[in-house]
Amino acid sequence: MSGETVDRAGAVKETRVLLRHAQDPAMATIDGYRSYGGYETLERTLRDQEPDEIVNELEDSGLRGRGGAGFPMGKKVSFLPRGSQAKYLCCNADESEPGAFKDRELIQRNPHQLIEGIVISAFSGEIGHAFIFIRGEYDQQADILDRAVAEAYEAGYLGRNILGSGYDLELVVHRGAGAYICGEETALLDALEGKRGNPRLKPPFPAVQGLYGGPTLINNVETLSNVPHVVANGAEWFRSFGTEQSPGTKVVSISGCVGRPGNYEVELGVNLRDFVFSLGGGMLEGRELKALYPGGSSSPVLTADEIDLPYSFEAMAEAGSMLGSGSIIVADDSVSIPHMALRTARFYHHESCGKCSPCREGTNWTVKMLERVVRGEATPMDLDIISSVQQNIIGHCLCVLGDSMAMPVGAMVKKYREEFEQVIAAGAMQGFPGEAGREAQADGSAAGDPDAGPEAAERVRLVGRPLPEGPQEVTHG
Amino acid sequence: MAAEARLPGFPVDRANTTGREPLGDPEEIPELSEVDCPDQLRETIETLMDRYPDKDSSEGYKSAAIPALWAVQRTYGWCTPQGIRQAAAVMRVTPAYLESVASFYDLLRQSPAGNHQVLVCTNISCWMRGADGLLDAFCREAGADRDLAGHGGAVSADGEILVSGFECMGSCDLAPMASIDERYFGPLDEGDAETVIEQLRRGEDPVPAKALSERDLPGGDRESDDERVTSDKGPNR
Ligand SMILES: Cc1cc2nc3c(=O)[nH]c(=O)nc-3n(C[C@H](O)[C@H](O)[C@H](O)COP(=O)(O)O)c2cc1C
Ligand code: SF4
Ligand code: FES
Repeated sequence: MSGETVDRAGAVKETRVLLRHAQDPAMATIDGYRSYGGYETLERTLRDQEPDEIVNELEDSGLRGRGGAGFPMGKKVSFLPRGSQAKYLCCNADESEPGAFKDRELIQRNPHQLIEGIVISAFSGEIGHAFIFIRGEYDQQADILDRAVAEAYEAGYLGRNILGSGYDLELVVHRGAGAYICGEETALLDALEGKRGNPRLKPPFPAVQGLYGGPTLINNVETLSNVPHVVANGAEWFRSFGTEQSPGTKVVSISGCVGRPGNYEVELGVNLRDFVFSLGGGMLEGRELKALYPGGSSSPVLTADEIDLPYSFEAMAEAGSMLGSGSIIVADDSVSIPHMALRTARFYHHESCGKCSPCREGTNWTVKMLERVVRGEATPMDLDIISSVQQNIIGHCLCVLGDSMAMPVGAMVKKYREEFEQVIAAGAMQGFPGEAGREAQADGSAAGDPDAGPEAAERVRLVGRPLPEGPQEVTHG
Repeated sequence: MAAEARLPGFPVDRANTTGREPLGDPEEIPELSEVDCPDQLRETIETLMDRYPDKDSSEGYKSAAIPALWAVQRTYGWCTPQGIRQAAAVMRVTPAYLESVASFYDLLRQSPAGNHQVLVCTNISCWMRGADGLLDAFCREAGADRDLAGHGGAVSADGEILVSGFECMGSCDLAPMASIDERYFGPLDEGDAETVIEQLRRGEDPVPAKALSERDLPGGDRESDDERVTSDKGPNR
């Protein structure tokens, strides 16, 4: 372990609110949840409170959306028209952004906390139909939700005349089938309506015209899981955690080249470097920190020198990046940044729904150009073209999927330009892995071990393993 | 099963071309009596349709499209043209409509997908921890084409096991990880690939010790001693 890890061990401690008792397997059952006080808040709310009171409490708490954009939750509820028309709530459990896996943990360990949050939120918006849109890959978690929802119906927390209050709510668990874009809120609505998941033009915003044309509240799993706590303990209590502009705790997913990847719940505003080197377990044996994505693969990377910052929405924005879904992906000095840029771009290229040209074509050409870089076939001018493509995507698309590639890729080319240039120069000088490498493989000399020989070793140092021949890989997901 | 270009000289889009043709007229809603739909599939789809508020809408009710296609896939192993016609007849939509939905979503398979599915994540975090080698190993052990596995999936020569590279599956803490028959496992090394394939062939549960469900919170069971979270209100007790 590096010295830094030892110095910083214990620098950040977990503050478990959402993950409190999560280690107890009983928490996933209704009896276990109730034994810790679960559903008491819902009972009290339905008995004693008016919807408006809850909306005010949520607004005062400053709870911000945990799904990416950080929009205040209470405000979103207040945008819904009042009255008894058909309104909908959609819980966004699509969680498909590379690096994010916190909703999985919350659903798996504490599904009833989410259900209680959904019922309270729906009551506050006078909503009669709720859905949980969960990504198709989360089959195990969807099974857990199915069971929990059935338990909640049985116990009278869902359905007609909940706990004798006269309030009705139906809750349906809807499984997706593998498409990142369905996490975008309007694409999610289309997917729920049984269509291909293409984003819609905004405005109208979902709060005005959403699912089946009715006003719709869309929130992330973690946002909704916070609701019972806020309502039970009050806005002031909630604000005692975190920072002025980012109140509360956050379940942070950390992965990549770190010693202890996983989910940790901390107060917003903890020091990012301390987080990585204490809870995250620091770097792997003999390695050094090179870069990290602070908020999932859509967030512009920060270099090792840029991370002495509070982990909050405002500090990340000030640093030119974003907190996003709160997912940290760490790269150490063994990772090739050009190759990491390629992996990132490839994902967005595959997931682009194809509706707008800057995103559809921009992601495609970015992948092709980055492949040229990694194959050693690029020229220095290509870097400027890559940068200009990214600039022309940002702000020119229907949804922010295009931006989600352009921001991190643009940041990598800008901040690690020297490394890109080094890779390009090495490729030009040695003719690798383009021609020389391929000929070697074709005549069998390096067959079976494409990583053999000093030239290949240098290439692997710079760009990682050689890419397969032929058209780019299109992995599904 | 490599796809062939339909027009000579045109490139093959290996991601999407499966050589699959719809059955019958895809633009006409088939009658239930024509499609020979198993009762259980029909009942499942009808129950699914009932869950959605658009069941009474004049525009027809399509919300159950994705769950209905899942039901088709669970019945036949993949979204067969025949299964799609059956679902279309129950839902009163055209087969073309369901085809268009199925082709949008990666988990809905439009070609045979074996009896077991191994999806290997090759996204950022898993890539950093050796996912490319893991995908190679699964292909090698299963006897699946590595090139096709990187372009949407390859079924082993004996038709038993589908191996596919995949995007992030939301379990980067398990990196490198794979979804095996819809359950998550990791971190896996290349030796595990051999074990998993053998176990699947023998009909055993694969590497149980590496299942996601066996994993504890990385911070252990240490509860916060912070007074603010030990209040006795709500689920905080
Ligand atoms: C391409 C794309 C993918 C998204 N994926 C997710 C997701 O998987 N989960 C999520 O909660 N929000 C996702 N979002 C954000 C949602 O559009 C939306 O802002 C969010 O669900 C609102 O909930 P919140 O206010 O509680 O954060 C995504 C946005 C975009 C543009
Ligand atoms: S930005 Fe991309 S994903 Fe979003 S609507 Fe446009 S093409 Fe589709
Ligand atoms: S990168 Fe592999 S599961 Fe997220």
